[in-house]
Amino acid sequence: MSTELASEVTTTTRSLARVYVLSGLGPATALAGVLWAIVQPYRLTLLHPHGQGFWWLAVEPPLLVILVGVLFHLLVVPGLVEDLEAAERP
Amino acid sequence: MMPPAEHVHWLFATGFLALGLFLLAEAIVGTEVWQKRPWRSYLWPSTMFLLGLFMWPVMVFFTSSTLHMIAHGAWAEWMMLAGAAELGLARGKLKSPLWRLAIFGAFVVTGIAFLAHEQNPWLFQRSAFLHHLLGWTFLVAAPFPLGRALRPRMAVFATGFALTFVVVAVMLYADRDLAPIFGRLSPVAGVPHR
Repeated sequence: MSTELASEVTTTTRSLARVYVLSGLGPATALAGVLWAIVQPYRLTLLHPHGQGFWWLAVEPPLLVILVGVLFHLLVVPGLVEDLEAAERP
Repeated sequence: MMPPAEHVHWLFATGFLALGLFLLAEAIVGTEVWQKRPWRSYLWPSTMFLLGLFMWPVMVFFTSSTLHMIAHGAWAEWMMLAGAAELGLARGKLKSPLWRLAIFGAFVVTGIAFLAHEQNPWLFQRSAFLHHLLGWTFLVAAPFPLGRALRPRMAVFATGFALTFVVVAVMLYADRDLAPIFGRLSPVAGVPHR
């Protein structure tokens, strides 16, 4: 394998790894929120909403974690992956 | 209509988690790719600035002593300063990369403020434990923003800086107004409400 080809393969592998890690950040965050909700269901007042005030219904930590992960994945990651691939294209 | 203090911590945790993800993504792809779209350059500095802005009502409505008020006021000022400095750098209005030292200052001030305003010992209750832990976390992690300002191309500083926000978010989510820590709760702390 020529030095040039080997270097190209290494760059492509590194680029792919970055895309995978980047694409996994949002889902991993959302998954952490889901696991938290399963482990501590009492942190989700939506599961027992009767008699709860506004703030207890509006601010539910596991749901906030899921929301951040989903929004990050939908709004930030696609453009970033596109730009990363464009930057690493020879 | 005022949210309980623990809810305020959780809302700030959400902001810090978002900050952590933005910075982690920047550390992964590199600053050049991150800044290819101008709106992305403003993303984390404006989030930091907004968090600083929201710290003011916390200072006004949620502090119970002068020490608490000064600590929260100092956070508000330094978070806004750090956010504004990074916004100025992103916009090109500020030229010197040494403006990045503002976030280092914010880390140091935050660490000291956390430790100074927590009057109870570590195992008094969970929030006392977390305030001590948060204070030390910010102080121990302060070399990351310092390194990021002085050696911006070293990935270890950018990654450590980003992960610090994620760790801080986890700690803030764990905060409760009144809860035991490692099974301990001081008898003078009160009775947990839920």
